[in-house]
Amino acid sequence: MVNVIWVMMAVIGIVFAAANGTMDEVNKAVFESAKEAVTISIGMISILVFWLGLMAIAERAGLLDRAARLFMPLVRRLFPEIPPGHPALGYIVSNMVANMFGLGNAATPMGIKAMEQLKKLNGGRDEASRSMVTFLAINTSSITLIPATVISIRMTYGSAAPGEIIGTTIVASTISTIGAVLIDRYYYWKRTRKGRKR
Amino acid sequence: MAIVHILSVWLIPALIVFILLYGTVKKVPTYEAFVEGGKEGIEIAFSLIPYLVGMLVSVAIFRASGALDAMMEVIEPIADAIGLPAEVVPLAALRTLSGTAALGMTTDLIATYGPDSFIGRLASTIQGSTETTLYVLTVYFGAVGVKKMGDALKVGILADILSFIVSVFIVLFVFGR
Repeated sequence: MVNVIWVMMAVIGIVFAAANGTMDEVNKAVFESAKEAVTISIGMISILVFWLGLMAIAERAGLLDRAARLFMPLVRRLFPEIPPGHPALGYIVSNMVANMFGLGNAATPMGIKAMEQLKKLNGGRDEASRSMVTFLAINTSSITLIPATVISIRMTYGSAAPGEIIGTTIVASTISTIGAVLIDRYYYWKRTRKGRKR
Repeated sequence: MAIVHILSVWLIPALIVFILLYGTVKKVPTYEAFVEGGKEGIEIAFSLIPYLVGMLVSVAIFRASGALDAMMEVIEPIADAIGLPAEVVPLAALRTLSGTAALGMTTDLIATYGPDSFIGRLASTIQGSTETTLYVLTVYFGAVGVKKMGDALKVGILADILSFIVSVFIVLFVFGR
């Protein structure tokens, strides 16, 4: 899907330029934007190094584990089908906490481990269980605390207050996560209702 | 909405102090741990280069040719009718498909309209506040070999639309237009 959109933007753009005589602008744009992309990536190093360095301290101090324990009661309520003390719960919580702190690289392996456990709970079937759908709903709208990459891009373009969007991001992502859980519950309710009719 | 402002200003300094002191109390070799973790940041920034170059060049061709303006003329009346800013509609669509692609689009919007403009702030919030549904579904279901996704895709996309609408409202509410 991304492949199609990516190719289409370039091809439509060039065909459009041929028809409208804007090929000079297109030529300029190709080289300027490629250069810009590299500048931005390099500019991101500052924030990413600082933030991931700080998070490494937090991890070694056991802060992420503590945060995970804090969220455990909530997660147990979100996943009523998982028996208490099951390893899936631990992976789910670690994945959520890592996502929250913008540690995408740490979050993905935890998420995959969680899915493996959930599949075992589902008898190894190749269809999504209720818990899997809930887990992915929370994951796709995960609560963000510090959007580090966005802040670094805003810095690169000379924002007067690069961090001013932290508050709006937290509010927006929290509300959408709650929404995602409610949407998930609604579809679960619909599924069980259908099941009963049969 | 003063509290959202205060949160934005105080969260990072508060986290820095808290993590540094907590690490010290727990006898973590703070500086060494910091340096070790920071190295990962360099890797991530460099690995982002091909994604950003690819996406930014494609978006730039589309914009410079005038095709984007032509598309905007079609989207604008529809977006206006429901009260959404047309400029971020392509970003919202791309956000569901690919995080790095959306990052390219966000960068383009911030560069074009300025980071402190309404569009710049809105793009920043949209980029930060949702994960890439298609990526998450592909990676997580793919890794464990689950083929029947059930309602997962529907739930994910509905949540993305909700997140987009909430972002528009909260940015309007906190910063105004």
